[in-house]
Amino acid sequence: MSDQGIYLDNNATTMVDPTVVEVMLPYFSEQFGNPSSLHQFGNKVGMALKKARKQVQALLGAEHDSEIIFTSCGTESDSTAILSALKAQPERKEIITTVVEHPAVLSLCEYLEKEGYKVHYLKVDNKGRLDLNTYQNLLSDKVAIVSVMWANNETGTFFPVEQMATMAKAAGVMFHTDAVQAVGKVPINLKESAIDMLSVSGHKLHAPKGIGVLYLKRGVRFRPLLRGGHQERGRRAGTEAAASIIALGRAAEMAMEHMEYENTCVKAMRDRLEEGILASVSHCFVTGDPDNRLPNTANIAFEYIEGEAILLLLNKMGIAASSGSACTSGSLEPSHVMRAMDIPYTAAHGTVRFSFSRYNTMEEVEKVIAAVPPIVAQLRKLSPYWDGEGPLEEPEKAFAPTYA
Amino acid sequence: MWDYSDKVKEHFFSPKNAGAVDGANAIGDVGSISCGDALRLTLKVNPDTETIEDAGFQTFGCGSAIASSSVLTEIIKGMSLDDALKVTNQDIADELDGLPPEKMHCSVMGREALQAAVANYRGEEWSDDHEEGALVCKCFAVDAVLIEDTIRANGLKTVEEVTNYTKAGGGCSSCHEGIEEILEMVLAEAGEDFDPTAAAATATPAGEPVKLSPFQRMKKIEAILDEIRPQLQRDHGDVELIDVDGKNIFVKMTGACSGCQMASATLDGIQTRLVEGLGEFVKVVPASAAQLAAVGA
Repeated sequence: MSDQGIYLDNNATTMVDPTVVEVMLPYFSEQFGNPSSLHQFGNKVGMALKKARKQVQALLGAEHDSEIIFTSCGTESDSTAILSALKAQPERKEIITTVVEHPAVLSLCEYLEKEGYKVHYLKVDNKGRLDLNTYQNLLSDKVAIVSVMWANNETGTFFPVEQMATMAKAAGVMFHTDAVQAVGKVPINLKESAIDMLSVSGHKLHAPKGIGVLYLKRGVRFRPLLRGGHQERGRRAGTEAAASIIALGRAAEMAMEHMEYENTCVKAMRDRLEEGILASVSHCFVTGDPDNRLPNTANIAFEYIEGEAILLLLNKMGIAASSGSACTSGSLEPSHVMRAMDIPYTAAHGTVRFSFSRYNTMEEVEKVIAAVPPIVAQLRKLSPYWDGEGPLEEPEKAFAPTYA
Repeated sequence: MWDYSDKVKEHFFSPKNAGAVDGANAIGDVGSISCGDALRLTLKVNPDTETIEDAGFQTFGCGSAIASSSVLTEIIKGMSLDDALKVTNQDIADELDGLPPEKMHCSVMGREALQAAVANYRGEEWSDDHEEGALVCKCFAVDAVLIEDTIRANGLKTVEEVTNYTKAGGGCSSCHEGIEEILEMVLAEAGEDFDPTAAAATATPAGEPVKLSPFQRMKKIEAILDEIRPQLQRDHGDVELIDVDGKNIFVKMTGACSGCQMASATLDGIQTRLVEGLGEFVKVVPASAAQLAAVGA
């Protein structure tokens, strides 16, 4: 991997594991049959899908393999879950979610508001944590569904989804969690939880892009997003993406094998990176809740400089990361997650997320620790908020440009 | 990642004139920290000749913001203040071999910093003349505030009208949902409902089209093209009439229009205007090499 550079953007997407590629390849050529077909061409594929479903079931700790519905991606799973809850309970017109959800949930909720639904957005504190009292007070028989992410994609911060699901259940409200960042990185045991629906995205755990899962607890009322054939027991029509499903099954199995490694060795790399950068760069800090987050994610705000510029310079050195700045996405505001945590603009635009996988090495970490300080210094030299060794006194007063 | 030109990369990786100028007598501070772009431009102006002897920049911003600042200082060094004020944001973008539409505002920020610095030198108060909104149309880099203001100022009611006035939505058409939302919002303020089936108001009066002689028709076609020309020239392009053969009107796109990825959308726009103006169906076609040779174009 290192000949292609140092890849620290695994929350964006991951490399498909070579052994995963190996198991999926035959399903493009010799095993091309439609699993619905009765003949031997289809039957073998059908058996392979069954195995993959079991593998995913095991990773999620689901009670039944029929609770696994294969979809095309995490976004489809999120949309299916939320829209199903609304369709199945037309008398309930409210949704509870959080301000820091992924756009897969937030954009849908904003659209549903225009359709007349009332959406409650739970706020977070400056470490990205929710207030469960506020949540408790919002639960009522008007709420169709709660949708809260397991782990935040930008900061890695966990939400207490198992506890929140239990609270929802007590109030008779359905609970969905977008767990695309958590699945494969932390142990999950759905049969012991009150979570009704959970979204998975294959490409976040070394399976290919274009495959996802919606976990649907047995007995939860459901209305499909796509109607048509009988695939996925009529809950998601459309011919199965056989090769990708089989790949996801293998990737799920490998994630279980590496769970311990992820939470020890990968975590150690992440911790070393943070420690190394914080020790050598002034005016930077870790965002989110450092004590309660994914083992692979470090999000560091570099004050008084802008994230896209940092990424371009990192990229020049072969280091891949991502940023919450407005410019990287072409929007007018920095990341909604950073704003929700009330990170000042002078820091929010300079946030850089480094996200690891089991393919990273400590050697790479040391290279990044060495590369970051000169990049930050170079950009601060250009910054109107910076003067020599430190920021200007009262930087936001000393440089207060005319809005343009 | 953005598709930055080599020029942008060059000015980002090795910026020119970074830092404040010693003995500066003109300072322009512009930008918005909430948007993630802010720029301080410092100039040393010779008070006798009013020439910019030195220029320096300090920028908080992305790759293209830093590149725009850097290239701006290179452009204006040695210029008189009056000439410097004529530098447009398009000049800055052109000097960088273009910017992605989402990043054009970086060049705008450069121009504004220059205006602010000159105003500062002259002891004038500089105020920003526009507010920037979220980018709606990516093909033509048109933002929500401009669309909203144009709808209000001109009483627009349809997406087509918005396209005619601002160009927004005239390219790939993916932003039509966004434009409809803005229309809905503005019309709702006036207690009106947005009607997606409403026809765009046309400037041409209704009624039977007058039958034109071939010569009159040709004159009319030329007149309509002349009306469109300023819009094209604003984007550093132009159009030339090569031939008219029945329903087919052959043109040559020149300047920035030639080879522009939006050329076919532009041709469609020209065709629409000709159809409206002539009151008959015509087709606008790029002239062939043989036709161009025949007229020596």
